[in-house]
Amino acid sequence: MKTDQIVNLSRRRFVAGSAVSLAGLTLGIIPTVAAEQRQAGPGIAGQAPETAGDFSPNAFLRIDGDGIVTVISKHLEMGQGTYTGMATLVAEELDADWEKVRVEGAPADAGRYNNLFWGKAQGTGGSTAIANSWKQMRKAGAAARQMLVQAAAKQWQVEAGEIKVKSGVVSHAPSGRKAGFGELAERAAEQPVPESVTLKDPKSFSLIGQRIPRKDSPEKINGQAIFTQDVKLPGMLTAVVLHPPRLGATVSKIDTKGALAVKGVREVIQIPSGVAVVADDFWQAKLGRDALSVSWDESKAFSKSSAQILDDYRQLAEKPGLVARTEGDGATALASTDDAIEAEYSVPFLSHSAMEPMNCVVRIDEAGCEVWNGEQMQTSDQYQIAGLLGLEPHQVHIHMLYAGGSFGRRANPAADYLLETVHIAKALKPGTPLKMVWTREDDTHAGYYRPLYLHRMRAALNDQGEPHVWDQRIVGQSILKGTPFESVMVKDGVDMTSVEGAANLPYEIKHVQVDLHSPELPVPVLWWRSVGSTHTAFAVECFIDELAVKAGQDPLAYRRKLLRNHPRHLGVLNLVAEKAGWGEPMGRNRGQGIAVHESFNSYVAQVAEVSVRRSVISVDRVVIAVDCGVAVNPDVIVAQMEGGMGFGLSATLLSELTFREGRVEQSNFTDYRILRIDQMPEVEVHIVASAEAPTGVGEPATPVIAPAVANAVFAATGKRLRQLPLRLG
Amino acid sequence: MLNLSINGKPHALDLDPQTPLLWAIRDHVGLTGTKYSCGIAQCGSCTVYLDGAPVRACITPVSDAVGKEVTTIEGLSSPAGQAVQAAWRELEVVQCGYCQSGQIMSAASLLQRNRKPTDADIDQAMQGNLCRCATYARIRQAIKVAADKLNGVQS
Repeated sequence: MKTDQIVNLSRRRFVAGSAVSLAGLTLGIIPTVAAEQRQAGPGIAGQAPETAGDFSPNAFLRIDGDGIVTVISKHLEMGQGTYTGMATLVAEELDADWEKVRVEGAPADAGRYNNLFWGKAQGTGGSTAIANSWKQMRKAGAAARQMLVQAAAKQWQVEAGEIKVKSGVVSHAPSGRKAGFGELAERAAEQPVPESVTLKDPKSFSLIGQRIPRKDSPEKINGQAIFTQDVKLPGMLTAVVLHPPRLGATVSKIDTKGALAVKGVREVIQIPSGVAVVADDFWQAKLGRDALSVSWDESKAFSKSSAQILDDYRQLAEKPGLVARTEGDGATALASTDDAIEAEYSVPFLSHSAMEPMNCVVRIDEAGCEVWNGEQMQTSDQYQIAGLLGLEPHQVHIHMLYAGGSFGRRANPAADYLLETVHIAKALKPGTPLKMVWTREDDTHAGYYRPLYLHRMRAALNDQGEPHVWDQRIVGQSILKGTPFESVMVKDGVDMTSVEGAANLPYEIKHVQVDLHSPELPVPVLWWRSVGSTHTAFAVECFIDELAVKAGQDPLAYRRKLLRNHPRHLGVLNLVAEKAGWGEPMGRNRGQGIAVHESFNSYVAQVAEVSVRRSVISVDRVVIAVDCGVAVNPDVIVAQMEGGMGFGLSATLLSELTFREGRVEQSNFTDYRILRIDQMPEVEVHIVASAEAPTGVGEPATPVIAPAVANAVFAATGKRLRQLPLRLG
Repeated sequence: MLNLSINGKPHALDLDPQTPLLWAIRDHVGLTGTKYSCGIAQCGSCTVYLDGAPVRACITPVSDAVGKEVTTIEGLSSPAGQAVQAAWRELEVVQCGYCQSGQIMSAASLLQRNRKPTDADIDQAMQGNLCRCATYARIRQAIKVAADKLNGVQS
């Protein structure tokens, strides 16, 4: 049993129904709230107005008279199962009835809802939701449980120690009394907030580790779930934006006549990112944009092509970069070897292409700015919007709605599509709600891509065939340079997100050198599900395979030997090999490939089985092993492994965003291709049993599939493919 | 004025007949379960039925729906539809959920025509429905579970 200290910051007691005193109370497991935010903010738990009789012991839950437990999720539900995860943690310690648990998105308020791994900022990303909330949400549930027990003890005049709580029912066996949470809510609100709570021994978990129904499923199955795209407010207008044909092109002339002649079109507004057409509904706005005539000044526009960028990077890779890791003396060792192995790996720009194209709803009036969005980075978006409007950040109220996918796209320090919407809304009559909608083509063209990267790999083997030199040079744009994250995540010029997965190479090698060039290009870049690992895992895990082949050793045995001091890597490798039947004969034109990678403190190994027919690669089966510490929601973990792998498989086989003379060549799913059902392999997921604190699952499956498949293609064909997407012939 | 019947209810819409049915349903009828994602019939998120047959509402002019019965996810009530929705919950298919209305409409339509679909039948019927979360493995499995439910097989 572990006891965790809770400091009662306010020392005030609850008085049911009194919003004034309620608004002052926060448990000390939550950092202090800035006074002005507190005043401007809504009720204590979430933003629902307090109702007499509700029990709201802290910022994360509310229990009403009917016994409905509403968990306030500080994290965005974008498909990764976080609403279910947050609710599981609270409900576990509360001993709630899962059927009576609901989830609501938290308002933007970093004082109450910050990501504990992000200092004072609120947001979702880096596969941190469960990891940072693991104790916080459990404590929130445990504190509420204790107050319910105290209330019952007082009411029944019995010893609190004799009271049990199970599935939303509080009972006292000796006296035969029992009551539901709802009946006790009002009394519970009068109890002092406990100074400390005792969290459950994992052995007595009844929800954590079980397969329990997802909280977001029912409304996503019957069409009732509300995404930003579905928001409709009285008097709302819709805008569609014409963006420049190339990055850096500017408007030289606008002829609005055609657009304004379209029925329903209200206004044509020039904004920094293009020209917006505002209409009564989407289709009118879209027709208005079609009828708009804009000439562009492209004299200063971006004019490079992807092939040229890759060539430039190749040149750059000839020169040493900034050192991300150095051990031993690789340069000398390499110079003295006569059979150095060298290979170049590269990956293209990628678009996130969430099924819900970027969109946003904004209403600006004297009181501030109200935003409806699949909101992923509340605090930084508040600052960005407040900066543009001359407001204080707390005057920016954000409704976090379900996101129809993000994969990193909605977590943009530049807040691009939000600011675009704000620019349009501020040109309208104050108080007019505005929905800005990107078409699929806009979403593909408007930027923020996973950067194009080139890796130059060199190694030398010793007499046993093991590498004693490993030299990896990485070339690609920095995601973080020029953002507020730069001070934390760019060290000595090295963007940690460019080298993660490479600088922390786990293989035991005497001389290791990893260096980095971060060339500047006007192409806007951003993290893409699993960030640096999207390219480093591909280069590292394919190259280690090349070395195994060169050494004439089995790729699995080779990895095991070099990972002998990394038990968690070994754990997933051994499990995946056993479950996949590693080494079994595959038959003609078929092959198995293996890869292992740690990202976001989770360990994933995959074995891919592929068939190759007429130069077409089919991935038939993928077996996945994951070690993510305690499995809070095993079925959600399995789903994230399946889907994360499938997301990576799109980039492995199909997706590529290319520039031709500064223009993006793709526009919709016809040419920016993503995985379809007939390309989805059979998947099997195995979770390593663990008592470690839980780590992320949203991203870690994604980077492992490309090297697993490329290695399998080699096994099937003898051809080593070093460029994504993989192409034979 | 265009007279439409959507999920059994009449709607009179004052719209350009060329307006895609998708936007008529979403912006004018106010049923938002049918989603926009590609606008060119490449992703299936906007799948609805016209007289029971699946169409991509993003490229179907609203005038094509006049005189026909339109069914959206909100009105899906056929035995096949209910079996699919139940299987979707049982297998927890959903992740972000944005494409799922379309997936469910396509899956229910497949089972309406073919009560014992093979993997190949499923791939063929469902390959027009994109899911960026790649929930495909569960979609495949859930369609089989739904088929068993329809055929009275105990799961």
